[in-house]
Amino acid sequence: MKNPVLNCLVTRLLLASVLLVLVVTAVGCGTRPAQTSNATETPPAPANPDIILATTTSTRDSGLLDVLLPIFEQKTGYRVKPIAVGSGQAMAMGGRGEADVLLVHAPDSEVKFMQAGHGVNRKLVMHNDFIIIGPDADTAGIKGMTVAVDALKKISTSNAIFVSRGDNSGTHQLELKLWKLASIEPKGQTWYQETGQGMGATLNITAEKGGYTITDRATYLSTEKTTNLKILAEKDPILLNIYHVIQVNPAKSEKINAAGARAFVDFMVGADTQKMLGEFGKDKYGQALFFPDAGKTEAELGSQ
Amino acid sequence: MDLIIEGIVQAFKLLFQGDAEVVRIMLLSLGVSLSATVISLFLGVMLGTALGLTRFPGRRFLVSIVNTGMGAPPTVVGLIVTIFLWRNGPLGLLRILYTPVAMVIAQCLISLPIITGFTLASIQQIDRKMQLQLMALGASRMQMVWLLLKESRLPLLAAVMAGFGAIISEVGASMMVGGNITGQTRVLTTAIVMETSKGEFATAIALSIILMVLVYGVNLLLTWAQQRGKTS
Repeated sequence: MKNPVLNCLVTRLLLASVLLVLVVTAVGCGTRPAQTSNATETPPAPANPDIILATTTSTRDSGLLDVLLPIFEQKTGYRVKPIAVGSGQAMAMGGRGEADVLLVHAPDSEVKFMQAGHGVNRKLVMHNDFIIIGPDADTAGIKGMTVAVDALKKISTSNAIFVSRGDNSGTHQLELKLWKLASIEPKGQTWYQETGQGMGATLNITAEKGGYTITDRATYLSTEKTTNLKILAEKDPILLNIYHVIQVNPAKSEKINAAGARAFVDFMVGADTQKMLGEFGKDKYGQALFFPDAGKTEAELGSQ
Repeated sequence: MDLIIEGIVQAFKLLFQGDAEVVRIMLLSLGVSLSATVISLFLGVMLGTALGLTRFPGRRFLVSIVNTGMGAPPTVVGLIVTIFLWRNGPLGLLRILYTPVAMVIAQCLISLPIITGFTLASIQQIDRKMQLQLMALGASRMQMVWLLLKESRLPLLAAVMAGFGAIISEVGASMMVGGNITGQTRVLTTAIVMETSKGEFATAIALSIILMVLVYGVNLLLTWAQQRGKTS
């Protein structure tokens, strides 16, 4: 107030700096697509280039999407918006026509999803497996067990903490199925805790509480170094973790990008992609995180 | 403790080696939140001034809505904006869900009540006699409003800081309307949540440090502007 000239100057400087940041950001945003498309010969841009892919947290947290999506985008000219949520929410989005294509791992719910007419063109993509993990000390004494239901029964009677996703994801749905087979109602028990979060966050919480949980092997391997949890029970056929890609039924709404979704399904089961899937993670973890399965049936996987 | 040190080291590495992804995330965070602050500053100052200088039935109700909005949970704002922007939602035709534009809209809605509330309070704390005096001296209505706003420059800059602070640090709405998409809508806060859930604690700490330095830098600039005239 005392010095109007100075005030004016300050205000202008402030305004100028804000504008500068905005311009820099705008330029940064604007040049990005150009850079990526200049890398190789540009494919003809599709009429409707945006695809919404609703998928599970494990495909993102393991780093798989970061490898596959840029290749798909370069090959086809589509731009994918991957929304990483639980399989339950992914299918809810698909059911409302808010996503174009799904990459999920909850076979029982997927069958219901297909029966309800929400999806078309469901294809088996890959599998890995679920494992039951817990603290090194293994207070419940389940180490080496190969029957998942028995392992859960033992955890429930040992007073050890079991940490559940509690988010209706594919992993959570499998866990609930196992409790049902064990005839145990864990909800409300003091040793049963629900996080309501993704697999990575749930693993952190499990490690902190010294508890047990069920996880897909891919997320486990990519977070093993920080959580220090150990694989205690595995190899039960019921623990197979099967991923399907599903095209949302284009009849639901004309806003669904059917062509883009079909291109994505074709890409996921294509020979080149399947080869990459099988190699993914070998350099970093010494073993593959996913096993390519295009063209097989679920029954064939179960008999492996 | 070793994690925090590792995080600090990594923050410096990411910043000074110019990691392209981190720079992009940083610029998007700044761009989205500054745009939202500028937009809600214009709207908020107008709304706050109007509410501060006028008297009409239902005004107190409106003021109570603004004051409640100052504490609106970003997650709720995010959910509402998401539902509106869904393809099959009321504003689905715009096709802006999961874009930075949607994030700017959500953040505007979060900071607008804060800036409106601050403006309203600062206009009202000016002695009413000043308003009368200005009118008596022959100021037009626009001139009077302009002078009153100049008089409340200090609290207005505080409003900008509070509004910007609320949205640059907000994660719930950005996660929902943006989707945390690599290279498109990932900002510092959503990246921090994701890296934490992946167990990449050092990266998460590094990004947190970058975020705090960024917020400090912007506030330093604003504080400098706010206090400059007062010290001389």
